[in-house]
Amino acid sequence: MAKIPAAVIGVGQTHYRAKREDVSMAGLCREAMDRALEDAGLGLDEVDAIVVGKAPDLFEGVMMPELYLAEALGAAGKPLLRVHTAGSVGGSTAIVAASLVQAGVHRKVLTVSFEKQSESNAMWALSVPVPFVMPVHAGAGGYFAPHVRSYIRRSGAPTHIGAMVAAKDRTNALRNPYAHLREEKTVEQVLSSTMLWDPIRYDETCPSSDGACALVIASDDVAQGSADPAWIHGTVMRSEPTTAAERDQVNPQAGRDAAAALWKQAGITDPAAEIDAAEIYVPFSWFEPMWLENLGFADEGEGWRLTEAGETGIDGRIPVNCSGGVLSSNPIGASGMIRFGEAALQVRGAAGDHQVDGVRRALGHAYGGGSQFFSMWVLGVDRPAN
Amino acid sequence: MSRTLQAPVTVAFDYTRSVGPVLGRFFTGLQERRIVGARLSDGRVVAPPPEFDPVTHAPTTDFVDLGDTGTVTSWTWVSEPVAGQPFDRPFAFALVTPEGATEPMLHALDVASPEEVATGLRVRARWAEEPKGGITDLVCWEPAASGPDAPRSGAADRAVGGTEDAGVTGIVTPVSLDYTYAASPEESSFFRALAEGRIIGQRCPACGKVYVPPRPACPVDGVPTEEEVELSDTGTVTTFCVVNVPFLGQRITPPYVSAYVLLDGADIAIQHLILDIPAEEVRMGLRVRAVWKPRAEWGTTIENISHFAPTGEPDADYETYQHHL
Amino acid sequence: MRDVAVVGFAQRQMQDYDGSPQCAELLVPVFAECYEQTGWTKKDVGFWCSGSSDYLAGRAFSFVSAIDSIGVLPPVNESHVEMDAAWALYEAWLKIQTGEVDTAVVFGFGKSSAGVLRRTLALQLDPYTMTPLWPDTVSLAALQARLGIDRGLWDEAAMAEVANRSLTDAEKNEYAVRAGGSSVADLLARPVFADPLRKHDCAPVTDGAAALVLAAGDRAREVRERPAWITGIATFADGLHLGTRDLTRSVSAARSAAAVGGLDGVEVAELHAPFSHQELVLRSELGLADDVRVNPSGGPLTGNPMFTGGAIRIGEAARRVWDGTADRVAAHATSGPALQQNLVCVMEGREKGQS
Ligand SMILES: [Zn+2]
Repeated sequence: MAKIPAAVIGVGQTHYRAKREDVSMAGLCREAMDRALEDAGLGLDEVDAIVVGKAPDLFEGVMMPELYLAEALGAAGKPLLRVHTAGSVGGSTAIVAASLVQAGVHRKVLTVSFEKQSESNAMWALSVPVPFVMPVHAGAGGYFAPHVRSYIRRSGAPTHIGAMVAAKDRTNALRNPYAHLREEKTVEQVLSSTMLWDPIRYDETCPSSDGACALVIASDDVAQGSADPAWIHGTVMRSEPTTAAERDQVNPQAGRDAAAALWKQAGITDPAAEIDAAEIYVPFSWFEPMWLENLGFADEGEGWRLTEAGETGIDGRIPVNCSGGVLSSNPIGASGMIRFGEAALQVRGAAGDHQVDGVRRALGHAYGGGSQFFSMWVLGVDRPAN
Repeated sequence: MSRTLQAPVTVAFDYTRSVGPVLGRFFTGLQERRIVGARLSDGRVVAPPPEFDPVTHAPTTDFVDLGDTGTVTSWTWVSEPVAGQPFDRPFAFALVTPEGATEPMLHALDVASPEEVATGLRVRARWAEEPKGGITDLVCWEPAASGPDAPRSGAADRAVGGTEDAGVTGIVTPVSLDYTYAASPEESSFFRALAEGRIIGQRCPACGKVYVPPRPACPVDGVPTEEEVELSDTGTVTTFCVVNVPFLGQRITPPYVSAYVLLDGADIAIQHLILDIPAEEVRMGLRVRAVWKPRAEWGTTIENISHFAPTGEPDADYETYQHHL
Repeated sequence: MRDVAVVGFAQRQMQDYDGSPQCAELLVPVFAECYEQTGWTKKDVGFWCSGSSDYLAGRAFSFVSAIDSIGVLPPVNESHVEMDAAWALYEAWLKIQTGEVDTAVVFGFGKSSAGVLRRTLALQLDPYTMTPLWPDTVSLAALQARLGIDRGLWDEAAMAEVANRSLTDAEKNEYAVRAGGSSVADLLARPVFADPLRKHDCAPVTDGAAALVLAAGDRAREVRERPAWITGIATFADGLHLGTRDLTRSVSAARSAAAVGGLDGVEVAELHAPFSHQELVLRSELGLADDVRVNPSGGPLTGNPMFTGGAIRIGEAARRVWDGTADRVAAHATSGPALQQNLVCVMEGREKGQS
């Protein structure tokens, strides 16, 4: 049995800010949802099902918030699902929504993911001490910094690569009206910013944002009536353990396996040549070269050369994070879906000032946990052959 | 001796919630001793007002001031209250339809015994002496026939969370939950050995790798680690970071070096502190030894090891730990 | 739609589990039982999906180490819902329907006893207007029970009858944490806990884990003579707010039953009713005939591990198909306060195409 072709026909985002004090959680979600529905030309009542994604419930202090949100999200009287796969959740949620359509169960599915991080403090929520265990944990930055150091050692990358990524993404964000941090940054400025979790500097880290992102995913028949559907050419999820003896934490196998499966599904043999724009989950600048290798855009140890040569810039060979990426906006639960949605905008030619010319195929990528959960999709202009 | 080690954990945070325009209106009303409801598109009048109309999905805009008396439509007796509830003695939770509303809302009802409650009971609001702009400004309902007349609407007009005119824009909701944390049996044996000054790992019966701490499931094979292996308290720093960031709940004062230490004989690194060396001199491959706290301070915790310090040996070759990165 | 069946099921239920809230220790033997039932190894599993809750465990990302119990190097195709594992089963069923995989293992786990469960669940409510009052789950169910009593929809004797039947049936369920029927009169003589509910009207706080195995077509036929073919599965939600919902009903349960074509002809139904009166609500909303055997396992009133209780209903119902005691069964799962969100799964001994 073959999948039913499905496409993204609507994308909606909120403006991302440190604190969206003007809205409640429901208001935040509806802002993104209403924009996605308007983009798709649909009313909320026309949607068959709603899929909600969010990272840890401790962030907002609400257990399964989709339950109390059901009515405000128009999910009362509809199927409602809630996905949580750590930082990759925004991507996984979009994939679950897509599967509702690809399985032939529904024709029009709305998916929304959000985080209202200003309700609490992410560092606190991620570092609640575990009894008996050494309390050295210091949030996500503290977790990932040692692995960034390992990457630098393994690849021999010069230390300014991370700063180049940060300067590029922050500058890209100036072209994205929804971005949280919209400030021009130079490599020198990034290099002179405070060292937070050595080797990660302040300007190389993602912000903590309030925000939501929503997508409308439609079946073949509905999507064919849309002016600019972004067809789903492949979706993939892979998981591996947080820690295991001799686990590769720099270039995790789950990411490599996921990418290989994704390229195969999408009929891609040379991603660097065939992907025209990529939105890759880069919460700390060094993850751009790390994921370029993990995804197969570059050989192991060579990803930083693409960054250094400017190939990941908006005019480069593999434009990465033209939206400004996670480094410029990070409502954690939504960040993956923003990557997936920005890939859709690129394919639909709807990315505005950060549009890459002539995009035929784009990658949306997310990861979570200790670099152990991966979700990715490829979207394209062409309707996939069955 | 119990099978596993257990310890209390409290997960507590005072959540700061921006409430948006509709709930802001409701809370501002409560602060002024008014119950603000909404008329929905289907004609129902409801409090608290839903943020969006359940039928049209449009933002709620038609607000109605309801009375501060009402009728009990359902109730239950809370014989054993839990922390945080409106009363720490037995009380009733009730669904009460305020005068002017068509549907009930949930709140506490203060009566001395269940015999004093019945469906259909007329009740009135008891207001907080010092309103804060939140659901608890309505302290509870009480039988309409009892008690002295409390001051009613308009008696309080303080604004919280914004300018005086803005009304309530945010609330603070403390959430504090008490848990009993338990370590797995395998981890428990590790922590108990630490109390005797020993570091033990366990070998996976399938892949033969030595895990420290031992695991209820080898992450490669999905079976518990078994054969106990006594490990050295010396090892190699595989990788590390220098934490310069202070944050809420932090227990070690920054800056500090958080490192992965691959103990000799183990196949996986543990995370610990590196001290007795300037942070900028810590490096991958550094050979370190555990510095134990005085025996009198030992417990069933890895904190028995104060930190790791350089042994003075030459650095380990990269090849010896490169597969642990 | 592809023919997909439930072909494996294993569970653990207990009071006061003394192990870690990540429950890896419980899951290892549960998976081993699934492998034994199917003759599979983990290489036969195309997709894994789990259901659990961070707030039950008391920490963020509580589910990430649970997958260690699978053995996840090489990596696996895996997902997680912050819902009862019955919805993880729904996601896995979808994944099989897309044709990407032919098999899946679904699991749920939770240590309800780590905190004060009825208080923890107050965090499931509206965080602005309800949670600050910490309304506990038992109180909300009691408000629902009284509404029905006041309206003459059920009475305390009918509730006690549900409890007595459940406790009697649980005597034959080795996993039940509460068992032993007596009589309606005896139960009614016991003290009231949350008026009008007595303790036996409320599911016991239960820790546990469970796993279910799904397979499509021939993969299912290879495993069992009589796979429990899923002939209908659907889920719907209602709003949470008590002011805009009729608590004596569960519209989303009725919708779910309608979406699978109704439950006519069902011989056995495993209903996820954590409170006795909710079984009465469900019988009516799901349109179950009077002769349907409800909760022969003893049901949630005798054991209800959070985030697994719904999935266990599916496993218990499937077993009646495997052993030939029923040809057509229904399982139901619920989530949220007072039957807010519901899922219905119909399974049959015969595939759709056969007659
Ligand atoms: Zn092993």
